[in-house]
Amino acid sequence: MSEKKIPAWEVFIQPKTGASFQHAGNVHATDKEMALQNARELYTRRQEGTCIWVVKTENIVSSSPEDQASFFDPADDKVYRYPAFFKVSKKAKGL
Amino acid sequence: MAKDSLYKYVLALGDDALILGQRLSQWAYRAPFLEEDIALSNISLDMFGRANLLLEYAATLKGNGITADDLAFKRNERQFTNRILFERPNGNFADTMVRQFFLDAFYKLFLQKLTGSKDEQLSAIAQKSIKETAYHFRHSSKWVIRLGVGTAESHTKVQSAIDNLWMFTNELFEMNEIDNEMLQQKIGVDCSSLKQEWIKIIDEVLAEATLKRPENIHMTTGGREGIHTEHLGHLLSDMQYLQRAYPDAKW
Amino acid sequence: MTEKKEQLFQDKIDAGLKIEPKDWMPDKYRKHLIRQISQHAHSEIIGMQPEGNWITRAPSLRAKMVLIAKVQDEAGHGLYLYSATETLGITRSELIEQLQTGKAKYSSIFNYPTLSWADMGAIGWLVDGAAIVNQQSLRRTSYGPYSRAMIRICKEESFHQRQGYEIMSKMSNGTPEQQEMAQDSLNRWWWPALMMFGPHDSDSAHTSNAMKWKIKRGTNDDLRQLFVDRTVKQADLIGLEIPDPDLKWNPESKHYDFGEIDWEEFWEVVNGNGFCNKERINNHTNAHTEGNWVREAALAYAEKTQNGDLK
Repeated sequence: MSEKKIPAWEVFIQPKTGASFQHAGNVHATDKEMALQNARELYTRRQEGTCIWVVKTENIVSSSPEDQASFFDPADDKVYRYPAFFKVSKKAKGL
Repeated sequence: MAKDSLYKYVLALGDDALILGQRLSQWAYRAPFLEEDIALSNISLDMFGRANLLLEYAATLKGNGITADDLAFKRNERQFTNRILFERPNGNFADTMVRQFFLDAFYKLFLQKLTGSKDEQLSAIAQKSIKETAYHFRHSSKWVIRLGVGTAESHTKVQSAIDNLWMFTNELFEMNEIDNEMLQQKIGVDCSSLKQEWIKIIDEVLAEATLKRPENIHMTTGGREGIHTEHLGHLLSDMQYLQRAYPDAKW
Repeated sequence: MTEKKEQLFQDKIDAGLKIEPKDWMPDKYRKHLIRQISQHAHSEIIGMQPEGNWITRAPSLRAKMVLIAKVQDEAGHGLYLYSATETLGITRSELIEQLQTGKAKYSSIFNYPTLSWADMGAIGWLVDGAAIVNQQSLRRTSYGPYSRAMIRICKEESFHQRQGYEIMSKMSNGTPEQQEMAQDSLNRWWWPALMMFGPHDSDSAHTSNAMKWKIKRGTNDDLRQLFVDRTVKQADLIGLEIPDPDLKWNPESKHYDFGEIDWEEFWEVVNGNGFCNKERINNHTNAHTEGNWVREAALAYAEKTQNGDLK
């Protein structure tokens, strides 16, 4: 049936100005404007947002679970990326 | 006397919103797909919200402990003064969208003017409503375009909806005695002045939708005088059933 | 190889970690999820009908707006759940087809008719009340997208039960006719609400795997007991009587004992012989079929205009 072709779109909502966009879920829509409107109807019925992004699900590129070790574990020995790694005198303020 | 005119003016605006809200609510779980079901409910909720504000205001103008619910649920066909287009049956999805599109375009212009009303309540209600209407218009006009451009079948359906509903559009721009009195007092809107702008909006969307605006169609009127199509009676008997059957009950 | 994967999968679940769409999962886990989440989604969607039946007749402007918003939430919750089910590799149209052909089930409670305004109260209070007990426990379910949907749903549903209880309290404090409607409504909805938790754990085909995989987080009987304990006091408070002569407080177990459910009725309704089974599905199918030309038009428009970028 026709509906098999109605594409899914992923919805990202910005909860308040300045905040990061968060993934909310998906909607089905035939065109961009409909995707935006459907996302508005479905995910912001309770004033949850100030801005909406929609992107066709097929355009999302995701890493896979097999990538997990090679992508993320190499960061685990780079403690120098965190402020606690550095010892400075307690008297030095504003650091 | 002036207070009675204001009451009738506000009541008529409330009736418009109430009847349209009721019509839209009949779509619940029947829309072409789920997302659209939610969209139609949202528009319906906006209309009931608008009706509630207007009828509450009308009730305070009337006094005697009358409530908005009394006005909504305890008047009959002849006492309702909504314009006829608002009560037209939902028909198919194209019929509903065209009705909505005509009314959204009208509301856009009308509410803009009403924000300048000398009556603070009406002005405040208009300011709240105009934001809702801007969205409704975006939704309904886009659907008219989709259906017009879409398939041969949808094109035919939406064109016939336009042709069938056109006869009820002129009523939106008519002015009766109360309208004139309210206009003089800088409370009401000169609807007759909105028609050209409205036609322009309609034409723009219809052009994009590859649809035609009907011409030489006989125009119908009567809603503001309590003359309606027979459909209104059934809408009311459904809506008012509990209040009528159990007049002593509080819900 | 599969055994090792299965062990890792189970370890992850035992450690309380969530399974995400792209993670390896046993086929049975996937199937169980599709069945359970879609059944849940279908229940939300079919559940719009018994309440939608009263939208145009709601007795006040306030009641009307509340009911529309509630039915609308149900559409929304159905969509969140379809969306979660789709992450398991099945499309919404396949799911809808399963619903319309009877391959997929939905909660039997929605095959009972709504015959008075009090039923709007009973549905909110009892049916949503029972659903919430279940849903709250499902916030901790092991499948990430399902758990996230449940968290959102629970947040939004919190008003549904209160709305129902408010209607019931108003009516049980109202005119004699209203009181009668309220009690009659409780009488009709009480047992079907208890049935919503499903068969006894000992008779439930799906409970053991579902618990092991932490798809379900409470057993049917435990959740049912929790619901009874909560609801009895609420009924007392508004002067309504629960239609169960065996209902009494058990000071030893610190729970209410209650009578046996009519399982014959339960299975009859599950198997399609309830009062409204055919009507519910017909309504759904008709609306869907009548919408065909609209969906086709919208697709054609998108094709002609590259997703609506006209000119």
